[in-house]
Amino acid sequence: MAGPVDDPRSVCAEGHRPAPAALEIAGLSFSYSGRPVLDGIGLAIARGEFVVLLGPNGAGKTTLFSLVTRLYDRRVGSIAIDGHDVRSEPRAALARLGVVFQQPTLDLDLTVGQNLAYHAALHGMPGRLANERIAEKLDRVGMAGRLRDRVRTLSGGQRRRVEIARALIHAPRLLLLDEPTVGLDIRSRRDLVTHVHRLAAEDGVAVLWATHLIDEVHDGDTVVVLDRGRIKAHGSVAAVTAEARVASIAAAFEALTGMAA
Amino acid sequence: MIYLRCFWGVVWRELLRFVQQRGRFVAALVRPLVWLIVFAAGFRMALGVAISPPYQTYILYEVYIIPGLIGMVQLFNGMQSSLSMVYDREMGSMRVLLVSPLPRGFLLVAKLVAGTLVSIVQVYAFLLIASLYGIRLPTNGFLMILPALFLTGLMVGSLGLLLSSFIKQLENFAGVMNFVIFPMFFLSSALYPIWRLREASPLIARVAELNPFTHAVEMIRFALYSQFNWEATGIVVATSAVLLALAILGYNPARGMMARKTATQE
Repeated sequence: MAGPVDDPRSVCAEGHRPAPAALEIAGLSFSYSGRPVLDGIGLAIARGEFVVLLGPNGAGKTTLFSLVTRLYDRRVGSIAIDGHDVRSEPRAALARLGVVFQQPTLDLDLTVGQNLAYHAALHGMPGRLANERIAEKLDRVGMAGRLRDRVRTLSGGQRRRVEIARALIHAPRLLLLDEPTVGLDIRSRRDLVTHVHRLAAEDGVAVLWATHLIDEVHDGDTVVVLDRGRIKAHGSVAAVTAEARVASIAAAFEALTGMAA
Repeated sequence: MIYLRCFWGVVWRELLRFVQQRGRFVAALVRPLVWLIVFAAGFRMALGVAISPPYQTYILYEVYIIPGLIGMVQLFNGMQSSLSMVYDREMGSMRVLLVSPLPRGFLLVAKLVAGTLVSIVQVYAFLLIASLYGIRLPTNGFLMILPALFLTGLMVGSLGLLLSSFIKQLENFAGVMNFVIFPMFFLSSALYPIWRLREASPLIARVAELNPFTHAVEMIRFALYSQFNWEATGIVVATSAVLLALAILGYNPARGMMARKTATQE
């Protein structure tokens, strides 16, 4: 039921050179002390595609993100970001990846600008380019005036937006967000979802958005339903709904995972 | 160039955090000063220190424990920055560091050097206050100890890094403080010369001789008097290298120590 996964090498062998997928995962399995956490995951995300990774808590979403970000990589299968294998070319792969982690990761006592400059330094960006990008990306998330404010003075939704700006500073091809709306009120949550959808549409960044909240899915998104380490459905909202023979994506999620959305 | 920028970024962040966390700075200063002013004053009468290298005259007990207290400042700082690493990882900012495209070993060394520089700032602040309090130390020594401080910072920082790579939660860390910091400090030449310990218990003296922290303290003690202790320095360098190699191994993605920690959180 997983989407078809093309082997990029076979495509190259034929002499074509289409743009590589932003993310290409094939045959990915990971187990923790004998218990499979992820089992035979295959997934390709095209440039500019917005993919919602839907799964109940414990489905393996965070593990999948940890493997893609190479926090650890003792696993079976392959992961490539923009055509660069995470294991054999980690530097090229990670340079094309932006991440917003589930837990807040900003230094509360430092300013917005200091936090972002630290991230730019981790990517080895020269100071001037870093400052330009910081201004540009902050503006992009509607936080332009807050450069010199301490992160502690920002609301939860604003902190998340700063984290999104941070993940975009090095102009990644793929943006991962692991349940980014956790702890936000309804309005900030809706704003954030709309905002990132717009970013993906306008900038052509591929987005993998993990959540267990069904209302964060927009009609044009691709949906991947992950449950107990396996992909249960993968396709457009309409296709997944039709395949499950139900009326809505919420009902499809419930039918596939046995859980109320 | 990329490496240099990244390196400076990590160091700069650590210094900024240090400046912001004034409480931590004050605590780092009060701890050795309490030992110096209260403990050493009480022991001055009880404990005569005979002439032994690098000292050329009889010295006051306050003077004797200065290198030990310098080591203490660095030991606490090293453990504290690894404590912050355990905390960082729970909060996720260790992940921010580790998703940088630069090699992980380089990132960890940058973090280690940053922590060491912070500890050196603390040591000089401590020495300044100690001088104002009236402790007389050779002027050249202030500069001569700098390389020794750097090495000591790397050694205790590597130890902290190694511990942080396999400690799962903050709660466990309190135990490590008890089982690592206190034995390292007390079973060393920081508070009493080894020969003095031997009078009390040959076993404790033997343990202190094997304790790398003893050698860090002796290295600093000799450097303070513009002397170079080959043996102590060699042991500190070797210990640092082994601990750092193990720590980098601990954070190696393929070893899966991180997996063991994070997979259970889900």
